[in-house]
Amino acid sequence: MVEPVLQISNLVKNFGALRATDGVTLDLRPGEIHALIGPNGAGKSTLIHQICGTLRQDSGTIRFAGQDIGSLGVADRARLGLGRTFQVSSIAPDFSGLRNVMLAVQAKQGSSFRFFKPVMRDRSLIDTAMAMLERVGLTARARIPAAELSHGERRQLEIAMALALGSKAFLLDEPMAGMGPEGSKSLTRFLDTLRQEAPILLVEHDMDAVFALADRISVLVYGRIIATGTVEEIRRDPTVRTAYLGDHA
Amino acid sequence: MREIMIVTRENLINLILASLLLAVPFAADAFGQPFYITLATRIAILALAATGLNLALGLGGLVSFGHAAFFGIGGYVAGILAAHAFSGDPLVFGLPGSKQMWVIWIVALILSGLVGLAIGAISLRTSGVYFIMITLAFAQMVYYFAISWPAYGGEDGLSILVRNQFPGVNTMRPLTFFLICYVILLLALALFALIRASRFGTALQAARQNEVRVATVGIQPYRIRLTGFAISAAVTGLAGALFADLNRFVSPSMLSWHMSGELIVLIILGGTGRLFGPLAGAALYVIFEYALGGLTERWQFFLGLILLVVVLFARGGLLGLLAGKARHG
Repeated sequence: MVEPVLQISNLVKNFGALRATDGVTLDLRPGEIHALIGPNGAGKSTLIHQICGTLRQDSGTIRFAGQDIGSLGVADRARLGLGRTFQVSSIAPDFSGLRNVMLAVQAKQGSSFRFFKPVMRDRSLIDTAMAMLERVGLTARARIPAAELSHGERRQLEIAMALALGSKAFLLDEPMAGMGPEGSKSLTRFLDTLRQEAPILLVEHDMDAVFALADRISVLVYGRIIATGTVEEIRRDPTVRTAYLGDHA
Repeated sequence: MREIMIVTRENLINLILASLLLAVPFAADAFGQPFYITLATRIAILALAATGLNLALGLGGLVSFGHAAFFGIGGYVAGILAAHAFSGDPLVFGLPGSKQMWVIWIVALILSGLVGLAIGAISLRTSGVYFIMITLAFAQMVYYFAISWPAYGGEDGLSILVRNQFPGVNTMRPLTFFLICYVILLLALALFALIRASRFGTALQAARQNEVRVATVGIQPYRIRLTGFAISAAVTGLAGALFADLNRFVSPSMLSWHMSGELIVLIILGGTGRLFGPLAGAALYVIFEYALGGLTERWQFFLGLILLVVVLFARGGLLGLLAGKARHG
Protein backbone atom coordinates (compact mmCIF):
# COMPACT_ATOMS: atom_id res chain seq x y z
CA MET A 1 0.00 0.00 0.00
CA VAL A 2 1.15 3.53 -0.72
CA GLU A 3 2.26 5.54 2.27
CA PRO A 4 -0.43 8.09 3.18
CA VAL A 5 0.50 11.77 2.93
CA LEU A 6 -1.42 12.60 6.06
CA GLN A 7 -1.98 10.08 8.82
CA ILE A 8 -4.04 10.89 11.89
CA SER A 9 -4.15 8.28 14.64
CA ASN A 10 -6.30 8.09 17.76
CA LEU A 11 -6.67 11.83 18.00
CA VAL A 12 -8.43 13.06 21.15
CA LYS A 13 -9.42 16.59 22.13
CA ASN A 14 -11.51 17.52 25.15
CA PHE A 15 -13.09 20.85 25.98
CA GLY A 16 -13.87 20.41 29.65
CA ALA A 17 -16.33 17.55 29.83
CA LEU A 18 -17.00 17.63 26.10
CA ARG A 19 -14.97 15.21 24.00
CA ALA A 20 -14.91 17.09 20.70
CA THR A 21 -12.53 14.67 19.01
CA ASP A 22 -12.91 11.12 20.17
CA GLY A 23 -10.16 8.80 18.92
CA VAL A 24 -10.19 9.89 15.30
CA THR A 25 -8.07 7.86 12.90
CA LEU A 26 -7.97 9.08 9.34
CA ASP A 27 -5.56 9.08 6.43
CA LEU A 28 -5.12 10.89 3.15
CA ARG A 29 -3.48 8.98 0.32
CA PRO A 30 -1.69 10.39 -2.71
CA GLY A 31 -3.99 11.45 -5.53
CA GLU A 32 -7.26 11.13 -3.65
CA ILE A 33 -9.98 13.39 -2.47
CA HIS A 34 -11.04 12.29 0.98
CA ALA A 35 -14.23 13.96 2.05
CA LEU A 36 -15.03 14.54 5.70
CA ILE A 37 -18.73 14.98 6.33
CA GLY A 38 -20.87 15.16 9.41
CA PRO A 39 -23.71 17.13 10.96
CA ASN A 40 -23.14 20.53 12.55
CA GLY A 41 -21.35 20.22 15.84
CA ALA A 42 -19.79 16.89 14.90
CA GLY A 43 -16.32 18.28 15.54
CA LYS A 44 -15.15 18.87 11.97
CA SER A 45 -13.76 22.33 12.70
CA THR A 46 -12.04 21.13 15.86
CA LEU A 47 -10.42 18.37 13.84
CA ILE A 48 -9.26 20.80 11.14
CA HIS A 49 -7.82 23.13 13.78
CA GLN A 50 -5.77 20.28 15.18
CA ILE A 51 -4.51 19.24 11.76
CA CYS A 52 -3.36 22.72 10.80
CA GLY A 53 -2.00 23.52 14.26
CA THR A 54 -4.25 26.21 15.73
CA LEU A 55 -5.38 23.72 18.39
CA ARG A 56 -3.19 21.18 20.14
CA GLN A 57 -4.57 17.65 20.54
CA ASP A 58 -4.77 16.09 24.00
CA SER A 59 -3.46 12.78 22.70
CA GLY A 60 -2.89 10.92 19.46
CA THR A 61 -0.53 11.62 16.57
CA ILE A 62 -0.61 13.54 13.31
CA ARG A 63 1.96 12.51 10.71
CA PHE A 64 2.42 14.51 7.56
CA ALA A 65 4.85 13.85 4.73
CA GLY A 66 6.62 11.24 6.86
CA GLN A 67 7.05 13.46 9.89
CA ASP A 68 5.27 13.84 13.22
CA ILE A 69 3.81 17.34 13.07
CA GLY A 70 1.65 17.10 16.19
CA SER A 71 3.69 19.62 18.15
CA LEU A 72 4.54 22.09 15.36
CA GLY A 73 2.99 25.55 15.00
CA VAL A 74 0.77 26.72 12.15
CA ALA A 75 3.58 28.36 10.17
CA ASP A 76 5.86 25.35 10.41
CA ARG A 77 3.14 22.99 9.22
CA ALA A 78 2.37 25.31 6.32
CA ARG A 79 6.04 25.34 5.37
CA LEU A 80 6.06 21.55 5.25
CA GLY A 81 3.35 21.77 2.61
CA LEU A 82 0.01 21.71 4.36
CA GLY A 83 -2.07 24.14 2.31
CA ARG A 84 -5.46 25.14 3.56
CA THR A 85 -8.44 27.28 2.78
CA PHE A 86 -10.90 28.55 5.33
CA GLN A 87 -14.62 28.29 5.86
CA VAL A 88 -14.68 32.09 5.73
CA SER A 89 -12.12 33.21 3.16
CA SER A 90 -8.90 34.38 4.72
CA ILE A 91 -7.02 36.94 2.68
CA ALA A 92 -5.18 40.23 3.19
CA PRO A 93 -8.01 42.57 2.13
CA ASP A 94 -5.97 45.72 1.42
CA PHE A 95 -3.61 43.93 -0.93
CA SER A 96 -4.49 43.05 -4.50
CA GLY A 97 -5.06 39.41 -5.31
CA LEU A 98 -1.68 39.41 -6.95
CA ARG A 99 0.13 40.64 -3.85
CA ASN A 100 -1.75 38.10 -1.74
CA VAL A 101 -0.42 35.30 -3.90
CA MET A 102 3.00 36.93 -3.97
CA LEU A 103 3.03 36.66 -0.18
CA ALA A 104 2.63 32.92 -0.54
CA VAL A 105 5.31 32.79 -3.24
CA GLN A 106 7.80 34.68 -1.11
CA ALA A 107 7.07 32.37 1.82
CA LYS A 108 7.70 29.39 -0.45
CA GLN A 109 10.91 30.89 -1.83
CA GLY A 110 12.30 31.28 1.65
CA SER A 111 13.11 34.40 3.54
CA SER A 112 10.72 37.23 4.25
CA PHE A 113 13.57 39.13 5.88
CA ARG A 114 14.50 41.13 2.81
CA PHE A 115 14.11 44.79 3.43
CA PHE A 116 15.04 46.72 0.31
CA LYS A 117 14.05 45.13 -2.98
CA PRO A 118 10.57 46.24 -4.05
CA VAL A 119 8.33 43.21 -4.55
CA MET A 120 6.31 44.86 -7.30
CA ARG A 121 9.46 44.86 -9.43
CA ASP A 122 10.45 41.32 -8.53
CA ARG A 123 9.73 39.23 -11.64
CA SER A 124 10.35 35.93 -9.87
CA LEU A 125 7.52 36.73 -7.44
CA ILE A 126 5.14 38.30 -9.93
CA ASP A 127 5.48 35.69 -12.67
CA THR A 128 4.99 32.76 -10.32
CA ALA A 129 2.02 34.46 -8.66
CA MET A 130 0.43 35.30 -12.02
CA ALA A 131 0.83 31.69 -13.13
CA MET A 132 -1.07 30.56 -10.04
CA LEU A 133 -3.79 33.15 -10.60
CA GLU A 134 -4.13 31.95 -14.18
CA ARG A 135 -4.63 28.39 -13.00
CA VAL A 136 -7.60 29.42 -10.87
CA GLY A 137 -8.88 31.79 -13.55
CA LEU A 138 -8.29 35.10 -11.77
CA THR A 139 -5.82 36.72 -14.17
CA ALA A 140 -8.18 39.50 -15.19
CA ARG A 141 -8.88 40.44 -11.56
CA ALA A 142 -5.30 40.16 -10.32
CA ARG A 143 -4.74 43.85 -9.57
CA ILE A 144 -7.99 44.53 -7.75
CA PRO A 145 -7.88 44.88 -3.94
CA ALA A 146 -8.86 41.52 -2.52
CA ALA A 147 -11.55 43.20 -0.42
CA GLU A 148 -13.39 44.03 -3.65
CA LEU A 149 -13.38 40.46 -4.99
CA SER A 150 -16.56 38.43 -4.91
CA HIS A 151 -17.01 35.59 -2.49
CA GLY A 152 -16.23 33.00 -5.15
CA GLU A 153 -13.20 34.90 -6.37
CA ARG A 154 -11.78 34.99 -2.84
CA ARG A 155 -12.12 31.21 -2.71
CA GLN A 156 -10.18 30.99 -5.96
CA LEU A 157 -7.60 33.37 -4.55
CA GLU A 158 -7.13 31.21 -1.46
CA ILE A 159 -6.63 28.17 -3.64
CA ALA A 160 -4.10 30.07 -5.75
CA MET A 161 -2.21 30.84 -2.53
CA ALA A 162 -2.28 27.20 -1.48
CA LEU A 163 -1.02 26.27 -4.97
CA ALA A 164 1.78 28.81 -4.71
CA LEU A 165 2.97 27.15 -1.52
CA GLY A 166 3.59 23.98 -3.50
CA SER A 167 1.36 22.18 -1.03
CA LYS A 168 1.76 18.45 -0.56
CA ALA A 169 -1.82 18.24 0.66
CA PHE A 170 -4.81 20.55 0.61
CA LEU A 171 -7.12 21.02 3.53
CA LEU A 172 -10.25 22.65 2.17
CA ASP A 173 -12.79 23.78 4.74
CA GLU A 174 -16.20 24.01 3.08
CA PRO A 175 -15.03 25.51 -0.20
CA MET A 176 -18.57 25.41 -1.61
CA ALA A 177 -20.08 27.42 1.25
CA GLY A 178 -21.84 30.51 -0.02
CA MET A 179 -21.21 29.69 -3.68
CA GLY A 180 -24.05 29.85 -6.18
CA PRO A 181 -24.93 26.77 -8.27
CA GLU A 182 -22.73 27.89 -11.16
CA GLY A 183 -19.80 28.67 -8.91
CA SER A 184 -20.15 25.29 -7.17
CA LYS A 185 -20.10 23.49 -10.49
CA SER A 186 -16.99 25.18 -11.79
CA LEU A 187 -15.23 24.80 -8.44
CA THR A 188 -16.13 21.11 -8.46
CA ARG A 189 -14.53 20.75 -11.89
CA PHE A 190 -11.46 22.58 -10.68
CA LEU A 191 -11.03 20.47 -7.54
CA ASP A 192 -11.34 17.38 -9.70
CA THR A 193 -8.15 18.42 -11.52
CA LEU A 194 -6.49 19.71 -8.35
CA ARG A 195 -6.21 16.21 -6.87
CA GLN A 196 -3.49 15.40 -9.41
CA GLU A 197 -1.40 18.13 -7.81
CA ALA A 198 -1.84 16.93 -4.26
CA PRO A 199 -4.46 14.99 -2.31
CA ILE A 200 -7.34 16.90 -0.78
CA LEU A 201 -9.01 16.53 2.58
CA LEU A 202 -12.36 18.08 1.81
CA VAL A 203 -14.73 19.18 4.54
CA GLU A 204 -18.00 19.89 2.82
CA HIS A 205 -21.74 20.11 3.36
CA ASP A 206 -22.63 20.17 -0.32
CA MET A 207 -23.42 16.48 -0.89
CA ASP A 208 -23.59 16.80 -4.68
CA ALA A 209 -20.01 18.02 -4.69
CA VAL A 210 -18.91 15.38 -2.19
CA PHE A 211 -20.47 12.53 -4.15
CA ALA A 212 -19.06 13.86 -7.41
CA LEU A 213 -15.53 14.31 -6.13
CA ALA A 214 -14.72 12.01 -3.25
CA ASP A 215 -12.69 8.84 -3.65
CA ARG A 216 -13.40 8.07 -0.03
CA ILE A 217 -15.72 9.57 2.53
CA SER A 218 -15.40 9.61 6.31
CA VAL A 219 -18.40 10.43 8.44
CA LEU A 220 -17.83 12.24 11.70
CA VAL A 221 -20.56 12.23 14.35
CA TYR A 222 -20.08 13.43 17.92
CA GLY A 223 -16.32 13.50 17.44
CA ARG A 224 -16.11 9.92 16.21
CA ILE A 225 -15.58 8.55 12.72
CA ILE A 226 -18.56 6.23 12.37
CA ALA A 227 -17.71 5.07 8.85
CA THR A 228 -15.07 5.38 6.16
CA GLY A 229 -15.50 4.05 2.65
CA THR A 230 -16.16 4.74 -1.00
CA VAL A 231 -19.14 6.80 -2.07
CA GLU A 232 -21.19 3.67 -2.65
CA GLU A 233 -20.29 2.12 0.68
CA ILE A 234 -21.19 5.29 2.53
CA ARG A 235 -24.48 5.66 0.65
CA ARG A 236 -25.44 2.11 1.65
CA ASP A 237 -24.19 2.25 5.22
CA PRO A 238 -27.24 2.04 7.51
CA THR A 239 -25.65 3.82 10.48
CA VAL A 240 -24.67 6.74 8.26
CA ARG A 241 -28.15 6.92 6.82
CA THR A 242 -29.75 7.23 10.22
CA ALA A 243 -27.09 9.49 11.65
CA TYR A 244 -26.68 11.90 8.88
CA LEU A 245 -27.66 11.43 5.29
CA GLY A 246 -31.40 11.17 5.74
CA ASP A 247 -33.22 11.58 2.43
CA HIS A 248 -30.11 12.67 0.65
CA ALA A 249 -28.77 9.22 -0.23
CA MET B 1 -4.84 54.07 -14.98
CA ARG B 2 -6.69 55.33 -11.93
CA GLU B 3 -4.08 53.70 -9.77
CA ILE B 4 -1.22 55.53 -11.49
CA MET B 5 -2.98 58.89 -11.23
CA ILE B 6 -3.54 58.54 -7.51
CA VAL B 7 0.02 57.51 -6.89
CA THR B 8 1.23 60.55 -8.81
CA ARG B 9 -1.08 62.82 -6.86
CA GLU B 10 0.17 61.53 -3.54
CA ASN B 11 3.77 61.85 -4.72
CA LEU B 12 3.09 65.42 -5.79
CA ILE B 13 1.66 66.31 -2.39
CA ASN B 14 4.63 64.65 -0.71
CA LEU B 15 6.98 66.69 -2.86
CA ILE B 16 5.19 69.91 -1.94
CA LEU B 17 5.31 69.06 1.77
CA ALA B 18 9.02 68.25 1.60
CA SER B 19 9.78 71.44 -0.36
CA LEU B 20 7.77 73.64 1.99
CA LEU B 21 9.58 72.25 5.00
CA LEU B 22 12.86 73.00 3.28
CA ALA B 23 11.86 76.47 2.06
CA VAL B 24 10.57 77.89 5.34
CA PRO B 25 13.88 77.81 7.25
CA PHE B 26 15.76 79.34 4.33
CA ALA B 27 13.24 82.16 4.13
CA ALA B 28 13.35 82.60 7.90
CA ASP B 29 17.13 82.69 7.76
CA ALA B 30 17.05 85.33 5.02
CA PHE B 31 14.65 87.47 7.03
CA GLY B 32 16.57 86.93 10.25
CA GLN B 33 13.80 85.03 12.04
CA PRO B 34 15.57 82.04 13.64
CA PHE B 35 12.48 81.17 15.66
CA TYR B 36 10.80 79.78 12.56
CA ILE B 37 13.86 77.68 11.83
CA THR B 38 13.50 76.10 15.26
CA LEU B 39 9.83 75.51 14.54
CA ALA B 40 10.69 73.75 11.26
CA THR B 41 13.40 71.71 13.00
CA ARG B 42 10.87 70.64 15.60
CA ILE B 43 8.54 69.53 12.81
CA ALA B 44 11.31 67.54 11.12
CA ILE B 45 12.31 65.79 14.34
CA LEU B 46 8.76 64.97 15.42
CA ALA B 47 8.08 63.73 11.88
CA LEU B 48 11.15 61.50 12.18
CA ALA B 49 9.98 60.10 15.52
CA ALA B 50 6.51 59.50 14.11
CA THR B 51 7.98 57.88 10.97
CA GLY B 52 9.57 55.38 13.32
CA LEU B 53 6.25 54.73 15.02
CA ASN B 54 4.56 54.60 11.61
CA LEU B 55 6.56 51.47 10.80
CA ALA B 56 5.04 49.67 13.76
CA LEU B 57 1.63 51.33 13.82
CA GLY B 58 1.00 52.14 10.18
CA LEU B 59 2.50 49.10 8.52
CA GLY B 60 2.31 46.53 11.30
CA GLY B 61 -0.89 47.71 12.98
CA LEU B 62 0.93 47.64 16.32
CA VAL B 63 -0.56 50.41 18.44
CA SER B 64 2.43 51.10 20.63
CA PHE B 65 1.58 53.46 23.46
CA GLY B 66 5.16 53.32 24.63
CA HIS B 67 7.27 54.87 21.92
CA ALA B 68 8.18 57.74 24.23
CA ALA B 69 10.51 55.22 25.86
CA PHE B 70 12.60 55.03 22.70
CA PHE B 71 12.34 58.76 22.05
CA GLY B 72 13.55 59.46 25.55
CA ILE B 73 16.29 56.84 25.46
CA GLY B 74 17.65 58.53 22.33
CA GLY B 75 17.47 61.84 24.15
CA TYR B 76 19.30 60.54 27.20
CA VAL B 77 21.96 58.95 25.00
CA ALA B 78 22.69 62.41 23.58
CA GLY B 79 22.56 64.03 27.03
CA ILE B 80 24.64 61.44 28.87
CA LEU B 81 27.31 61.06 26.18
CA ALA B 82 27.65 64.82 25.98
CA ALA B 83 27.82 65.18 29.77
CA HIS B 84 30.64 62.64 29.97
CA ALA B 85 32.51 64.22 27.08
CA PHE B 86 32.23 67.54 28.90
CA SER B 87 33.35 66.30 32.31
CA GLY B 88 35.92 63.84 30.96
CA ASP B 89 34.67 61.04 33.25
CA PRO B 90 34.61 57.66 31.54
CA LEU B 91 31.13 56.33 30.74
CA VAL B 92 31.23 52.53 30.98
CA PHE B 93 34.12 50.07 30.67
CA GLY B 94 36.49 53.04 30.53
CA LEU B 95 34.87 54.31 27.33
CA PRO B 96 34.62 58.09 27.10
CA GLY B 97 31.53 60.15 26.27
CA SER B 98 31.23 61.88 22.93
CA LYS B 99 30.31 65.24 21.50
CA GLN B 100 30.13 63.82 18.01
CA MET B 101 26.59 63.58 16.72
CA TRP B 102 27.27 60.60 14.50
CA VAL B 103 28.60 58.62 17.49
CA ILE B 104 25.54 59.62 19.49
CA TRP B 105 23.22 58.64 16.62
CA ILE B 106 24.74 55.20 16.30
CA VAL B 107 24.52 54.60 20.05
CA ALA B 108 20.94 55.92 20.10
CA LEU B 109 19.92 53.70 17.18
CA ILE B 110 21.47 50.59 18.69
CA LEU B 111 20.35 51.15 22.26
CA SER B 112 16.76 52.05 21.47
CA GLY B 113 16.63 49.22 18.93
CA LEU B 114 17.78 46.74 21.56
CA VAL B 115 15.35 48.04 24.16
CA GLY B 116 12.67 47.85 21.46
CA LEU B 117 13.63 44.23 20.86
CA ALA B 118 13.30 43.44 24.56
CA ILE B 119 10.03 45.32 25.07
CA GLY B 120 8.64 43.94 21.81
CA ALA B 121 9.63 40.38 22.63
CA ILE B 122 7.33 40.46 25.63
CA SER B 123 4.63 42.86 24.44
CA LEU B 124 4.08 41.11 21.10
CA ARG B 125 2.92 38.00 22.93
CA THR B 126 -0.23 39.99 23.53
CA SER B 127 -2.44 41.90 21.12
CA GLY B 128 -5.13 44.57 21.00
CA VAL B 129 -5.77 46.50 24.21
CA TYR B 130 -3.28 44.37 26.13
CA PHE B 131 -0.54 45.32 23.72
CA ILE B 132 -1.36 49.01 24.17
CA MET B 133 -1.32 48.66 27.95
CA ILE B 134 1.86 46.61 28.18
CA THR B 135 3.83 48.99 25.95
CA LEU B 136 2.54 51.85 28.09
CA ALA B 137 3.63 50.02 31.22
CA PHE B 138 7.16 49.47 29.90
CA ALA B 139 7.47 53.12 28.92
CA GLN B 140 6.32 54.20 32.38
CA MET B 141 8.97 51.95 33.91
CA VAL B 142 11.64 53.72 31.89
CA TYR B 143 10.11 57.07 32.84
CA TYR B 144 10.22 56.42 36.57
CA PHE B 145 13.68 54.96 36.24
CA ALA B 146 14.89 58.25 34.70
CA ILE B 147 13.16 60.28 37.40
CA SER B 148 14.80 58.31 40.17
CA TRP B 149 18.31 58.40 38.74
CA PRO B 150 19.96 61.44 40.30
CA ALA B 151 23.27 60.98 38.48
CA TYR B 152 21.68 62.33 35.31
CA GLY B 153 19.44 65.00 36.71
CA GLY B 154 16.51 62.87 37.87
CA GLU B 155 13.33 64.85 37.68
CA ASP B 156 15.14 68.04 36.67
CA GLY B 157 16.62 66.60 33.52
CA LEU B 158 19.99 67.10 32.00
CA SER B 159 21.30 70.10 30.08
CA ILE B 160 23.54 69.86 27.04
CA LEU B 161 25.71 72.94 27.47
CA VAL B 162 26.92 73.17 23.88
CA ARG B 163 25.10 71.44 21.04
CA ASN B 164 26.94 68.33 19.90
CA GLN B 165 29.12 68.57 16.84
CA PHE B 166 29.11 67.28 13.33
CA PRO B 167 32.36 67.23 11.33
CA GLY B 168 32.80 70.18 9.01
CA VAL B 169 29.75 72.24 10.01
CA ASN B 170 28.70 74.58 12.78
CA THR B 171 25.75 72.87 14.44
CA MET B 172 25.00 75.91 16.60
CA ARG B 173 23.79 77.70 13.50
CA PRO B 174 20.03 76.99 13.41
CA LEU B 175 19.84 76.49 9.65
CA THR B 176 22.71 74.01 9.67
CA PHE B 177 21.15 71.97 12.44
CA PHE B 178 17.83 72.05 10.61
CA LEU B 179 19.46 70.70 7.46
CA ILE B 180 21.03 67.84 9.40
CA CYS B 181 17.62 66.90 10.79
CA TYR B 182 15.99 67.34 7.39
CA VAL B 183 18.43 65.01 5.64
CA ILE B 184 17.97 62.37 8.34
CA LEU B 185 14.20 62.69 7.99
CA LEU B 186 14.45 62.15 4.23
CA LEU B 187 16.67 59.11 4.77
CA ALA B 188 14.18 57.68 7.25
CA LEU B 189 11.32 58.28 4.81
CA ALA B 190 13.32 56.51 2.10
CA LEU B 191 13.86 53.61 4.48
CA PHE B 192 10.14 53.53 5.24
CA ALA B 193 9.26 53.49 1.53
CA LEU B 194 11.76 50.72 0.81
CA ILE B 195 10.59 48.58 3.69
CA ARG B 196 6.95 49.09 2.80
CA ALA B 197 7.54 47.81 -0.73
CA SER B 198 9.82 44.94 0.27
CA ARG B 199 9.15 41.31 1.12
CA PHE B 200 9.50 42.12 4.78
CA GLY B 201 7.07 45.00 4.45
CA THR B 202 4.62 42.78 2.58
CA ALA B 203 4.69 40.28 5.42
CA LEU B 204 4.42 43.02 8.06
CA GLN B 205 1.41 44.62 6.39
CA ALA B 206 -0.20 41.25 5.76
CA ALA B 207 0.21 40.44 9.46
CA ARG B 208 -1.73 43.63 10.23
CA GLN B 209 -4.53 42.72 7.85
CA ASN B 210 -4.79 39.03 8.62
CA GLU B 211 -2.48 37.29 11.05
CA VAL B 212 -3.90 33.83 10.38
CA ARG B 213 -3.29 34.24 6.66
CA VAL B 214 0.38 35.00 7.23
CA ALA B 215 0.84 31.94 9.43
CA THR B 216 -1.01 29.79 6.91
CA VAL B 217 1.50 30.58 4.18
CA GLY B 218 4.27 29.54 6.56
CA ILE B 219 5.53 32.90 7.87
CA GLN B 220 5.61 33.41 11.64
CA PRO B 221 3.92 36.75 12.33
CA TYR B 222 5.69 37.13 15.68
CA ARG B 223 9.18 37.30 14.19
CA ILE B 224 8.11 39.71 11.47
CA ARG B 225 6.42 42.00 13.99
CA LEU B 226 9.30 41.87 16.45
CA THR B 227 11.77 42.88 13.75
CA GLY B 228 9.47 45.68 12.62
CA PHE B 229 9.00 46.88 16.19
CA ALA B 230 12.76 47.01 16.82
CA ILE B 231 13.44 48.98 13.62
CA SER B 232 10.60 51.29 14.56
CA ALA B 233 12.07 51.82 18.03
CA ALA B 234 15.52 52.56 16.62
CA VAL B 235 14.24 55.28 14.27
CA THR B 236 12.23 56.93 17.06
CA GLY B 237 15.32 56.74 19.29
CA LEU B 238 17.38 58.56 16.68
CA ALA B 239 14.76 61.30 16.62
CA GLY B 240 15.06 61.56 20.40
CA ALA B 241 18.80 62.20 20.14
CA LEU B 242 18.16 65.04 17.69
CA PHE B 243 15.39 66.45 19.87
CA ALA B 244 17.73 66.61 22.84
CA ASP B 245 20.26 68.46 20.71
CA LEU B 246 17.61 70.85 19.44
CA ASN B 247 16.53 71.84 22.95
CA ARG B 248 19.99 71.24 24.41
CA PHE B 249 18.10 69.66 27.23
CA VAL B 250 16.69 66.25 28.01
CA SER B 251 14.25 65.47 30.77
CA PRO B 252 11.91 62.66 31.81
CA SER B 253 9.08 64.48 30.01
CA MET B 254 10.47 63.05 26.77
CA LEU B 255 9.69 59.63 28.26
CA SER B 256 6.23 60.40 29.53
CA TRP B 257 3.07 58.86 28.18
CA HIS B 258 2.02 62.28 26.84
CA MET B 259 4.85 61.96 24.37
CA SER B 260 3.71 58.48 23.31
CA GLY B 261 0.22 59.83 22.80
CA GLU B 262 1.51 62.82 20.87
CA LEU B 263 3.32 60.53 18.41
CA ILE B 264 0.15 58.52 17.83
CA VAL B 265 -1.81 61.76 17.35
CA LEU B 266 0.70 62.97 14.76
CA ILE B 267 0.25 59.80 12.72
CA ILE B 268 -3.54 59.86 12.91
CA LEU B 269 -3.63 63.54 11.93
CA GLY B 270 -1.35 62.97 8.96
CA GLY B 271 -2.61 59.62 7.74
CA THR B 272 -1.82 56.22 9.26
CA GLY B 273 0.57 54.10 7.22
CA ARG B 274 1.14 56.88 4.66
CA LEU B 275 4.72 57.70 3.80
CA PHE B 276 4.33 61.42 4.49
CA GLY B 277 1.62 61.04 7.10
CA PRO B 278 4.03 61.72 9.98
CA LEU B 279 5.38 64.87 8.32
CA ALA B 280 1.90 66.18 7.51
CA GLY B 281 0.79 65.38 11.05
CA ALA B 282 3.84 66.91 12.70
CA ALA B 283 3.52 70.09 10.62
CA LEU B 284 -0.16 70.39 11.49
CA TYR B 285 0.50 69.73 15.16
CA VAL B 286 3.37 72.18 15.56
CA ILE B 287 1.57 74.89 13.60
CA PHE B 288 -1.55 74.45 15.73
CA GLU B 289 0.51 74.49 18.85
CA TYR B 290 2.14 77.72 17.74
CA ALA B 291 -0.91 79.46 16.27
CA LEU B 292 -3.48 78.39 18.86
CA GLY B 293 -0.96 78.43 21.69
CA GLY B 294 -0.50 82.15 21.05
CA LEU B 295 -4.22 82.74 21.47
CA THR B 296 -5.10 80.48 24.34
CA GLU B 297 -3.39 78.29 26.86
CA ARG B 298 -6.04 75.70 26.21
CA TRP B 299 -4.98 75.04 22.63
CA GLN B 300 -5.00 71.31 23.24
CA PHE B 301 -8.75 71.46 23.70
CA PHE B 302 -9.05 72.67 20.13
CA LEU B 303 -6.52 70.12 18.97
CA GLY B 304 -8.76 67.52 20.56
CA LEU B 305 -11.72 68.80 18.57
CA ILE B 306 -9.73 68.61 15.36
CA LEU B 307 -8.59 65.11 16.21
CA LEU B 308 -12.22 64.12 16.77
CA VAL B 309 -13.18 65.47 13.37
CA VAL B 310 -10.31 63.60 11.72
CA VAL B 311 -11.17 60.32 13.41
CA LEU B 312 -14.89 60.66 12.70
CA PHE B 313 -14.86 62.09 9.19
CA ALA B 314 -11.39 61.80 7.69
CA ARG B 315 -10.01 58.44 8.68
CA GLY B 316 -7.15 58.75 6.23
CA GLY B 317 -5.92 61.91 7.96
CA LEU B 318 -4.67 64.95 6.08
CA LEU B 319 -3.08 62.87 3.34
CA GLY B 320 -6.23 60.82 2.99
CA LEU B 321 -8.15 64.05 2.40
CA LEU B 322 -5.66 65.43 -0.09
CA ALA B 323 -4.41 62.35 -1.89
CA GLY B 324 -7.30 59.91 -1.66
CA LYS B 325 -7.34 56.34 -0.48
CA ALA B 326 -4.04 54.50 -0.02
CA ARG B 327 -3.15 51.82 -2.56
CA HIS B 328 -1.30 48.74 -1.51
CA GLY B 329 -0.28 47.03 -4.75
